[in-house]
Amino acid sequence: MSENNGNNTSLRLKTGLAEMLKGGVIMDVMSVEQALVAEKSGATAVMALERVPAIIRAEGGVSRMANPKLIRQIMAAVSIPVMAKCRIGHFAEAQILQELGVDYIDESEVLTPADEEHHVDKHAFKTPFVCGARNLGEALRRIAEGAALIRTKGEAGTGDVIHAVKHMRQIVKEIHQLTVMNEQELFAAAKNHQAPYDLVRMVAKAGKLPVPNFSAGGIATPADASMMMQLGAEAVFVGSGIFMKGGATPLDLSLKAEREEAESRARAIVIATTHYDDPKVLAEVSEQMTGAMKGLAVGAIAEKDLLQTRGW
Amino acid sequence: MKIGVLALQGDFDAHRRRLEELGAEVVLVRKPEQFDEIDGLVIPGGESTTFLKLLGQDTFQKLSDFVHTKPTFGTCAGAIMLAKEVENPHQPGLNAIDITIRRNAYGRQIDSTIVEAATTLGGDPLEMVFIRAPRIERVGEGVEVLAKHGDDPVLVRKGSVMAATFHPELSNDRRVHQEFLKLVENGRK
Repeated sequence: MSENNGNNTSLRLKTGLAEMLKGGVIMDVMSVEQALVAEKSGATAVMALERVPAIIRAEGGVSRMANPKLIRQIMAAVSIPVMAKCRIGHFAEAQILQELGVDYIDESEVLTPADEEHHVDKHAFKTPFVCGARNLGEALRRIAEGAALIRTKGEAGTGDVIHAVKHMRQIVKEIHQLTVMNEQELFAAAKNHQAPYDLVRMVAKAGKLPVPNFSAGGIATPADASMMMQLGAEAVFVGSGIFMKGGATPLDLSLKAEREEAESRARAIVIATTHYDDPKVLAEVSEQMTGAMKGLAVGAIAEKDLLQTRGW
Repeated sequence: MKIGVLALQGDFDAHRRRLEELGAEVVLVRKPEQFDEIDGLVIPGGESTTFLKLLGQDTFQKLSDFVHTKPTFGTCAGAIMLAKEVENPHQPGLNAIDITIRRNAYGRQIDSTIVEAATTLGGDPLEMVFIRAPRIERVGEGVEVLAKHGDDPVLVRKGSVMAATFHPELSNDRRVHQEFLKLVENGRK
């Protein structure tokens, strides 16, 4: 009983921080300078990375947790929460991130997976975890492992929103379907979703996930953010969309014009996420944005090069 | 009774649910003209730097006028917004209640905690959910301390303004919101 209470307290604190992030934008940053631009533009949190997904995609190689030195510098520079990514299944990277005191750990398909079968046992950590999902079953498996926040996977680093849309629609549809099922059907649904029955039943009853549901993976414009919020996302992650030009080249913040472009993108997406259902505001902020990342159509990427298929 | 919840960003939906459970009609406030239709306002938890960025001049002015004349309740980031002085780092406040508040004063998420402590609201100890909480470092004259955690004031009130450094909206204990609704009903100040 006391152990149950302990777990319950821990989960409430973990999802509690996600509650505070709702209606906001979490931005990928690769330097202190980028983190400061993100904070100044109204980001609710930053994700500290050595390479944003667009660069990982362009350069290839093995992608790992960022250097702790960079993470510490970013944590010291901003007053908002700082997240960082570990590889799927790489519990030692997660232990290091917890030791650094990051506010959320993203067990992310954007990095090269470290385990072909197991994800991190997230219950073993005091630091909360966010995990990506393409469908309800994947979301519930991650929640069963202890994730306190779910985000769509989308296809990171593309600036193409199509798969963030696909994954959000899929999750929302599968939740709706559960809400009209009877007891027998729920047992079968748990089997089909490869998810624990208790969680399936909880979702069927509540009509929503037991943890907050955000969106990530290809969001690059105010309209993209609005669309994801209208589809049911409670906040958005913007990865390469703020600081990237095209290919593997980031905007150069030491140049006034490029710095202003990054700021204008960040600001516009923040305002669009708050006023997602107000087309008048969306038109205004879209107009003020001075550029968007060039992007890469998801349809042109070979199946084997997709990041979203990582994770089990 | 119409209660506005500032819904620019943060856990405004948790406040909405709690206020509706208690029978209030809730308006999610995102635009300046919405302040004219509400009797009381809740500023939720979230990121205060984001709130300030999103407010814009018109809404900031309307908000400032409102909190100085009508009942307002702020939790966590909301309490930071209402304070006279904000530290770590220094940032502008609405100066609706004479307190000095320090952001992220207890540490990072790993230091977030749930505790129970006594309150002058009466009844059992109050459950308090602290998430990257600020600390009230000074309370001015006439500011009533309704609850403390250790030596730190965590729930304060003056006139028609209430501020909590914890999140009663994330607890099953409804007493703090009930107290605020009473304040709105009485139309004190």
